[in-house]
Order: sequence, then structure tokens, then C-alpha cells
Amino acid sequence: MRAGYLLIAALMASLLLAASAAYAIAPTQMPTPQLEARYLRLIRGFRCMQCQDESLADSPVDLAADMRRDIRDMLLAGKTDQQIRDFMVSRYGYFILFKPPFVWKTAWLWLTPGAVLLVGVIVALTIIRKRAALAATDPQDDDLVDT
Amino acid sequence: MIPELGEFALILAMLLAALQAFFGIMGPALRRDRWMAAVTPAVSGQFVMVATSMGCLITSFINNDFSVKYVAENSNSSLPLFYRVAALWGAHSGSLILWIFLLALWSIAAAIGTSRLPKPFASRVIGVLGVISFGFLLYTLATSNPFLRLDPPWPDGESLNPVLQDPGLAAHPPVLYTGYVGLAVAFAFAGAAMLEGRLDREWARWTRPWTTAAWAFLSCGIALGSWWAYYTLGWGGFWFWDPVENASFMPWLMATALIHSLAVTEKRGLFKSWTLLLAVLAFSLSLVGTFLVRSGVLVSVHSFAASPGRGTFILAFLIVMIGSALALYAWRAPLLKSEAGFELTARESFLLFNNILLVTACATVFAGTIAPLIAGPLGIGKLSVGPPYFNPTFLLSILPLLALLSVGIHAGWKRGNLGRRARILLLAFIAAAVIGCGVVFGFFTGGRVLSPVGVALGVWIILSSLIDPIDRLRRHISIPRAVLGMTLAHIGLGIFVISITSVEAFTAERDVALSAGGIAQLGAYQFQFQGVKPIEGADYSGVAGTVILKHNGALVDVMHPQKREYWVQHTVTTHSAIYMYRVSNVLVALGQDLGDGRWSLRLQVRPLVTFIWLAAFIMAAGGMLAISDRRYRLEREPAAALTPAALAAVPAVTRSEAG
Amino acid sequence: MRRLPIRFILPLVLFGLLVVVLAIGIKNSPEKDIIPSPLIGKPAPTFSLPSLTDPGQKVTSAQLRGHWYLFNVWGTWCISCRMEQAMLLRIKQTGLIPLVGLDWRDDPSVARSYLKHEGDPYQTIAVDQDGMEAIMWGVYGAPETFLVNPAGIVVYKYIGPITERAWERDILPRLPLTSEPAATSSS
Repeated sequence: MRAGYLLIAALMASLLLAASAAYAIAPTQMPTPQLEARYLRLIRGFRCMQCQDESLADSPVDLAADMRRDIRDMLLAGKTDQQIRDFMVSRYGYFILFKPPFVWKTAWLWLTPGAVLLVGVIVALTIIRKRAALAATDPQDDDLVDT
Repeated sequence: MIPELGEFALILAMLLAALQAFFGIMGPALRRDRWMAAVTPAVSGQFVMVATSMGCLITSFINNDFSVKYVAENSNSSLPLFYRVAALWGAHSGSLILWIFLLALWSIAAAIGTSRLPKPFASRVIGVLGVISFGFLLYTLATSNPFLRLDPPWPDGESLNPVLQDPGLAAHPPVLYTGYVGLAVAFAFAGAAMLEGRLDREWARWTRPWTTAAWAFLSCGIALGSWWAYYTLGWGGFWFWDPVENASFMPWLMATALIHSLAVTEKRGLFKSWTLLLAVLAFSLSLVGTFLVRSGVLVSVHSFAASPGRGTFILAFLIVMIGSALALYAWRAPLLKSEAGFELTARESFLLFNNILLVTACATVFAGTIAPLIAGPLGIGKLSVGPPYFNPTFLLSILPLLALLSVGIHAGWKRGNLGRRARILLLAFIAAAVIGCGVVFGFFTGGRVLSPVGVALGVWIILSSLIDPIDRLRRHISIPRAVLGMTLAHIGLGIFVISITSVEAFTAERDVALSAGGIAQLGAYQFQFQGVKPIEGADYSGVAGTVILKHNGALVDVMHPQKREYWVQHTVTTHSAIYMYRVSNVLVALGQDLGDGRWSLRLQVRPLVTFIWLAAFIMAAGGMLAISDRRYRLEREPAAALTPAALAAVPAVTRSEAG
Repeated sequence: MRRLPIRFILPLVLFGLLVVVLAIGIKNSPEKDIIPSPLIGKPAPTFSLPSLTDPGQKVTSAQLRGHWYLFNVWGTWCISCRMEQAMLLRIKQTGLIPLVGLDWRDDPSVARSYLKHEGDPYQTIAVDQDGMEAIMWGVYGAPETFLVNPAGIVVYKYIGPITERAWERDILPRLPLTSEPAATSSS
């Protein structure tokens, strides 16, 4: 699948679904099951730079095959997962990671769920306290059932 | 001639939508009865014109009229008739026509459905829908007219993207859009209430069936899309947290919250302004989703060909629609008051937390979806936000939601005494926990930390949902369809949770290289590769492999994974062979020729994966069942419901079911 | 008139923020397919690769130290690279900056005959047959062009075929005003 990617990108942009529905199936033989597991975890966590929604593990493009080979070589050379990730980020930027980093400029992203939940729970408890005080004087039927 | 007729009909439809909006909103405001009387003819006319326009476009597709640019770009004379029709919504402009048609259909349904409601209210509902129709018609005519001609016409069309040539995908957009657009009705009900400055329990009862119907379609639409992605894209994934998927999922989460909040508003007259806000937000997220998909601001597998001009137009439309609705909200919502009270342990509290958690989940998805948009301006280059973000953060709010559900459905309104239900609920919890741990640590070995939690929560939801119906059956009390529908939907959710957990924890997957005759083992399954042979289709050629599937040595199936190359588009697609064995899905995908007669193959076993979509359809069926409840029909046919025959029939049916 | 409670205005305010974000999205959407390189402002990768034109020799990053150069990643299989070929020859003619090629994932003999027929804009060309060097540079497609200064720092990266406009607007202004005569010898 060698091609000037700009041309391909222009072609893809004109399609509703830019996914090439073909994907890479690349059996590898790492010397140990532990290395194989680390290898699979790593290549599934990197985005293919030429495709959408595809990890390095699934992408059929040549560049992805090169990167898989590079990662395998680094693993065999004894690099840690973090070193390999840092290397990839130093070349391609955060875009290559499916998991956004937790740095101060992305902190808001990671903190949003917890913050919204916290505010929500506080608001809910405030409402419930207010309503609980009204429950005694509320004239509405005490015995409400589903009908 | 036909395309020009279609374009003309579209222009007329836009003018009629403008009249519909004007008379619908100004009629009640100025108390002009004759203006209000004009609303129904306007919306009917708008529908007829939109239907005519869509008919013209379909005709152009059927007739292979390649002088129409949109047809030439998305169809081909070799395409089967079915896909020539489905190609209508294969790209941006045509899918907008479908969107507008469905909106007109919902508008007609709303006009009929509100005919018994107070005239000014009904008029305003249709008026607000008219504003939305007008906006979309203007957008289509101004930026995305599908009737533009080519001069000279092309000899043949470029054809439809091969991955779209699939019955599942042909059905996916109409169903999804029906849900998307259906939320416009709830939005219009909220708009009408705000214009009137009045909102009561009646309002909630009117709004509920519309919301639930849209929600049910949205559920089916999302499930169809996910199912299609699973078997077409062929790598065994069913949800990628892609921006476009998120765009449909966020309104779904909001609609789910709205359904539950409407229940409280109808029952207790509480949470009025909150319910109103949710009704506005659910459809607003549909619109924002439309923006994200069609403006080209985000990178997505599914995004349409986009131009910034289109994006600017939708943004302006968003500002007008959502901005005015929220401004109206800021002005009118403070008027809504309620004196009702409830205790901490009451149903109301549980539903309040349900809403908080669903909105948190939605905010989580929203943050992840728009983060790439502001990563650049924030100076961190480009950012990917994938499953490693969404999965854990989404669970943060969804796990408590699932846990609260099982208890919440038994909590009484206002006082919230669980009473005699407490004991049986505890029993159900213990049973669920035992099953959860048993399945995870006994039947399968291993799995992840959360897998026993997932299975246990799912089982608990199902058991807990069954307590009330069984109780009613034993005591010969009839079960209203609304309750039955809710029960069914919750059981569907339980099944959903169990199957997702199972797929996440117990999927086995392996890439192998096999030559003819080679055997690979995966779990209890053996795969024997028998080589490949060439295949030829209508517009593609390729190879099909033969793989003999055995389970513990016993022959199960002969599978034929394919790899196709479509000539017109020069696209290679992988077609996995999928076999349903017991409750597991066995997938075999053909990779590439590795030389010396060996081929790479991907083997996967995914237990319970089919139940994910089945569960979504069960939830939708529950919603539809709830809508058919008598109380939503009493308005129209009070006589039928209260006949002695009907009254006599109910206990009889109940008794026979119990016996 | 009574003041409106903040909680009812909050949705409108948040929506206003969202509109700003979406507007930024529209403004940046033409560049959304361009992935900014983290190498900008950092030292260019060091390498030592066989030369295309002179297979016995090596092209090394050390030889390139001390002057400005454009590092152009290309391949004969890449259609867009053929599109920029004429522009590269023009840049060579200006004599303002030497072009260093990286022949990426290519058959060297095909590449040599291609340059013989189409003209050779490069001062030197390194061969990256297995694609490992391209990864060092964070290349994700071809053509990509890096502007490297005498200290060996990557100053700028241009993605896609270089056009007249790109040369005049994006590359020329980044070169030093008093252009010293470009170095012409390297190996």
C-alpha cells in the first residue's frame, strides 16, 4: 500500500468511510510469552499515523509494519515500555498515543469526569436536603404506586 | 427534469417550513386563531414537498441519471437496485435529505399526536419544529444541494464505497437519524412550554412517549452501526470511541437521563426546570453531533467530505437554535416552582443520582471528543483520545449508576421505604455476587479485576428487575405496560453489561501463519487451514480461504474468510468469516500471502458478543412497550379503555400467565 | 427587575464557551491533517547511511553540520514526490540552500535511473531502504521536508509537496537574510 499519502488523503476525504477495511495480520515470534504480551500491548496503544482509528497492530500500511519492526527491535534490545513510548512521542508527538498524557495542559481532560461528578453529587445532596425538609408538609399522597 | 422538480419541491418545502414556524409561534403569541389553524396545512404541505423531493432524488438514482453530480459521485450502473436506493444516504447531501424527510415525518406525527392537546401548545410545538426544518432546508439548499447537474454528464458513476455496500449499513443511517431527529420533538415540547411559561405534570406525560420513541430508535441505530462495524471492518471491534460514534452516543445518554427525569416530573411535579434543560440539551447534542460530523473539524473514520463553509453555516444555526433555547431557558426556568418533598431514600433521590451520573458520563465523552479541537491552541500539538481515556473515565460514572439501579427501582416514591423488598433484594445481590465470582473464577479462569464486578452487576440488575413483575403475577395484580417496558429495558441493560464484560475479559485472539493443512489451536477450538482459491463478484475479485473449525476435535463448521479487491475504487477489504458457536462468536480473518504457500490468519473467539446488540434491541423493545401503555392513549380513546370487556380481560390474562 | 439566578444562565454561558471552541475548530480545520513535528527546535537525528549515488560512501549527519540544508524525504513510488520534483530543481538553481535527500523504502537502482531521467536536485542522497531512518525523523508520509540550521537544529517541517507558495512563504523567510554562499561540498 505504497502511495503518496497526500493524494490518498484527498481521495479518502471524499468518501464517507475512509477506513480501509483491510487490516494487517502479522504473526510475530517473540522469544518469550512475556515479551510477546508486552509487544502486543505496546502496538495496540499506538495509533497508525496514516489511518484512522487503527492501531499499529491492525494497520496494513508499510509504515506501520516498519514501526512494529522498530518496536520489536527495541524490545529485544531490552528497552522498557516507557522508553519505547517516550521514543515514539519524541518523533511523532502525543498524537501517536491513544491514551492522552497527563500533563498540565491535558489535566483538564482527565479531571473533567471526576470534577463533574463531584459537583453533581454536591448539588444532588443539596437538593435532597431541601426536599427532605419539605417532605413532611407536602400534601401529595404518601402512598404513590406505579400504575 | 426530475432533478429540477426535486429542487423546486425543496424550495417550496423551505417556504412552507417558514410559514409553519411563523404561524406556529406567532399565532399563539398574538392569539390569532386563524394563524394557528394554518399550522397543520403548512406542516402537511412541507411534508408532501420534502417527500416529493426525496422521491425525485431516489428516481434519479434508480434511473442511473449520471448528469446529477450527487448520483454520479455515489452510484454506478453495476450497483444492485437496493444499493442504488441506499446510496441516497451514502454521502453528505443525500443524507441531509433523509434527515429532513425524517424530521418532516416526525413533525406530521407530532401534529397528529398533539391534535387533542390545547391548541396554542400544539401550535407552538409544530412551530418550533418548523424552525428546525427551515434551518436544515436552508442549509441544504445553500451549501449542499444534491440536485446539481454535471455538464456533460458522466458516462458512469463512481459507485458507492464498497464498505458501505452492506444491508446492515444501508439500514443504519435511517434508523439512527430517526432517533436523532426524534429528539427534536422533545426539544419542541420544551420550547413550547418555555414560550408559554408554563410546565406541569401533564406536560411531562405528553412528552414522555415522544422521548422514549426517539430513544428507542437511537438505541437501535447505534446498535446497528456497531454491529455493522463489527462484521464488516472485521477486526472484531464493536466500539472505537470514534468522534462520530460519540456524536450519536451523547444524545443517547442525555435522552436516557431525560426519560428518567420525565418520570419524576410526571409523578411528582419535581425537577421541572432540570427536565426542561435535558430536553433542550438532548437535541442540542444531536445538532452539535451533526456539526462535528459534517464540518470537518475532527478526524474520524466516518466523517463526511467537509468544507469549512458548511461548518460555519451549521455553527451559525447552532447559535440561533441552541442559543435562543438556552436564553429562553434562563428567562423562563426561574418561574418553575415545586413544593413537593421527598426523603433521601426515595425513588426521586435515586433518579436524581441517575441523572447526575448519566450527565457526568455524557460530559466525559464530550470532553474526550472535543479535546483534540483545543489541543492545538493549547500548544500540545495534535492529540489522540482513544479507548484508554474513555473506558476508565466512563466506568467512573457508569458503575455507580448500575449499582444504584437495582436498588432504585424498588424504592418507593416520596418516602422510599424498601420495606419487605429489602430482604429479597439482598438475596438477589448475594446470588449475583456468587454468580459473578463463579463465572469469572470458576468457569473461565482469570479475567480482569472488574470482570466479576461487571457480571455481578449485570446479574443483579436482571434479578432485581424481575422481583416486581413476579410479585405482581403472584398476587394477580396486572402489570401496566409502562412497568413491563421499564423492566424489559432494564433486563436488556443487565444483559448488555454481562456481555460487554464477557467480551472484554474473555476474548481470545491470535495471529498465526499457516500453510495448507496447518492447524492452529485457540482455547478449545482447532482451526485447520485448507488454502485459498480465487473468487469473483459483481464488482470485485479476490481470494477465499477455507478453514475447518473444530471444537475439542468435533467438526463445527467450514469457514470461508475472504479478501476482496473492488475494481472501481481499487479498495481491498477483509471479510471475516464469523460463526456463532453456542454463545461465542468465532472469527477468522484472512491476512496476506506470506509466500511459500503460507497465509497469515487472525483467529478470535468472542464469548457473548452477539448479546451486546441483542441487549440494545431488548432495551429499545422495552421502550416501545412502555409507549404502548394505556395512559398515553387515554387522551384519544377514553371509551375503548374503560369498556367492561377490557376491564374484564386484564385480570384474565394475568391469571393465565401466572398459572 | 429581579436578578436571574446564576444556575439558569450557566447553560447559556457554557454553550458560549463551546461555540468559541467550535469556531477555533473551524478555523484550524484546514490544517487538521497536518501533525506538527515534535522535532522542531530539537537537534536533527544523527545518522550514517549509504549514499544513493555512490553506494560505497556514507552520508552522515556530521558532514552536514555547519550549514543550512533541506532534508527531503522522498521515494520513486510516491506520486506527490514526483509532483514536487520540478520545484526542487528550481530550489537547486537558486543556490540558496542545498537539498539532502532521504530515499525512503525504495529500490536504489530504480531511484538512480529516475534521477537520471528527471534530473537530480540533491546535493547528497541517503538511502533508507528498511524505513528505520524515516521513523527517527517522525516521517508519516512522503514527501516531507525538514529545514535544518548550521547547529543541526530542525527549524521547520513542511508536509506535502513543496509548492512555489510554500517555498516563498514558509521556507525562504526562515533562511538567514545575508545568505552566505551555500556550501557545495560535502563528501
